[in-house]
Amino acid sequence: MSTGAGNSIADERIKTEPLLSRLMKRPELGAIAGVILVTLFFLITADSSMFTLSGILNFLSPAAQLGILAIAAALLMIGGEFDLSIGSMVAFAGMIFGACVVNADLPLIVAIPLTLAFAALIGMANGLVVLRTGLPSFIVTLAGLFMLRGLSLVGLKWLTDGSTQLRGIREAVADDLLTPLFAGDAFGGLFRWAAANGYLDTFPNGDPTVPGVPVEILWFLGLAALATWVLLRTPAGNWIFAAGGDANAAANSGVPVRRVKITLFMVTAACAALLAIMQVIDAGSTDARRGFQKEFEAIIAAVIGGCLLTGGYGSAIGAFFGSIIFGMVVIGLTYTGFDQDWFQVFLGAMLLLAVIFNNAIRKRVTGER
Amino acid sequence: MSDPIIQLDNIEKHFGNVIALNGVSFDVRAGECHCLLGDNGAGKSTFIKTMSGVHQPTRGSITFEGKPMSFGSTREAMEAGIATVFQDLAMIPLMSVARNFFMGREPVKGWGPFRRFDVDHANAVTMAEMKKMGINLRGADQAVGTLSGGERQTVAIARAVHFGAKVLILDEPTSALGVRQTSNVLATIDKVRKAGVGVVFISHNVRHAMAVGDRFTVLNRGKTLGTAKRGEITAEQLQDLMAGGQELAQLESTLGGTV
Repeated sequence: MSTGAGNSIADERIKTEPLLSRLMKRPELGAIAGVILVTLFFLITADSSMFTLSGILNFLSPAAQLGILAIAAALLMIGGEFDLSIGSMVAFAGMIFGACVVNADLPLIVAIPLTLAFAALIGMANGLVVLRTGLPSFIVTLAGLFMLRGLSLVGLKWLTDGSTQLRGIREAVADDLLTPLFAGDAFGGLFRWAAANGYLDTFPNGDPTVPGVPVEILWFLGLAALATWVLLRTPAGNWIFAAGGDANAAANSGVPVRRVKITLFMVTAACAALLAIMQVIDAGSTDARRGFQKEFEAIIAAVIGGCLLTGGYGSAIGAFFGSIIFGMVVIGLTYTGFDQDWFQVFLGAMLLLAVIFNNAIRKRVTGER
Repeated sequence: MSDPIIQLDNIEKHFGNVIALNGVSFDVRAGECHCLLGDNGAGKSTFIKTMSGVHQPTRGSITFEGKPMSFGSTREAMEAGIATVFQDLAMIPLMSVARNFFMGREPVKGWGPFRRFDVDHANAVTMAEMKKMGINLRGADQAVGTLSGGERQTVAIARAVHFGAKVLILDEPTSALGVRQTSNVLATIDKVRKAGVGVVFISHNVRHAMAVGDRFTVLNRGKTLGTAKRGEITAEQLQDLMAGGQELAQLESTLGGTV
């Protein structure tokens, strides 16, 4: 080409990019900056015990529980859809799971796949309605939010003759070989060994003060790694970005947009069910209020993690850090002299900041002016 | 001259009682740029959608590589080697050039659960293909949104050619571009043609068509008014045919021949 401006090797109109500005283009940057800021804040204001091993595990545990939802919600948002029913799905899947192990007396090896499959089926129904009608998923799953919550209340009352709580789950699963995978602490042996050798603090009787790593943290780490790998290193990841970026253009290029979106709805619902299973085994009972408003927290964590509300952009690592910010603030405030209810204020402010920040990032990436 | 890759004879397309195409004949040979000219509403869009498998013709025959053919979908047409670059380009601004380039056709390596998107290969191929078209990217991970309109058009063309297009249909590729970007795209078309691809260049801009076209077919009110080779027809004659004669001639005299 003889006339092009774009063909000279160094275009004089494009400045070389400094490292910082290249980093600015990573979707997860905001969340990582947030983690650093929140850490600094609590280093100054909170009791020093917050950043001991037990303190860290203490805030990572709720972060992990939210994160399991948030990572799935992030994938779905990148794919261009929302699911507002995941909070209610936690209650609903908890009920299904409770009914499986208590009322039907099924072992975990049957009850867990059954619960996950049932949730995935509802996720699929969500996806099918959204794609068939072409309505925004926001409104379709808002309907799901109320229906599933209502069904959980009605169902639990029916199962328990009038109570909205189903008890007896701990007894039902106590001897099951799969229980340690979904509740309790991992690496107990390692922690006891470390305590015996003086690497960890111990109670007077010689047990370590920290019995192990709560299993939900391992699930959280595993899911974050898996989701990141899928997004960045598989064709399916490319399809998720494409389906969310421009469904029409993606479909014209041969991306199976419908299949991608329906799978994402199924994965999101299944992740909510996974969280329900862990919470229910841990608590020993299931309750119709479980997962209340978690859909919003999960979406906020995903947005803090760099997901655009319009889809096509974001990261699972971002949602991972977004969830950690959450856990730090919820638990961290108890280590400070502040009123706990500042949490809500913080939540709103964080969301607003993140959205403004993301918008600026999007303009940078697309070179919009 | 070689046989046409694709030949369409007397294509008619009716939508209910609307006759969008009423006898269109068109063909394209390897290594030529055949321009399809027509004013708005002449039936250009309907015709390329028929050629690319979106619509099935009501009457008339399509011959592809010597065999009668009827495409049920764009997918079938694409697999046969007919690639269409529509005006929306099927590009996603937030995604990198390489990810757009391989969208829906990602190269993979590894096996079983470790089968993964071969990002390095995708990046290298994208950089090389773009370089062939005369565009030096800063990096294959540059977002498409940061490219100019002409560069995006070139990415779309390079992508179609890379994936084995024998016939490349370009729907008004220069209509939204500035002067310099237009010449870039026209130069790209020239490169593609020299690589042996049959290019169908749809436009209503006679000057752009004259710059690269080997043959010119004018579409007016759903009919082809005949095909002329380069050198057999002047820009003014083409313009007249497109507009259907008289009126424009009068207008042109008042405007001083600049339309």
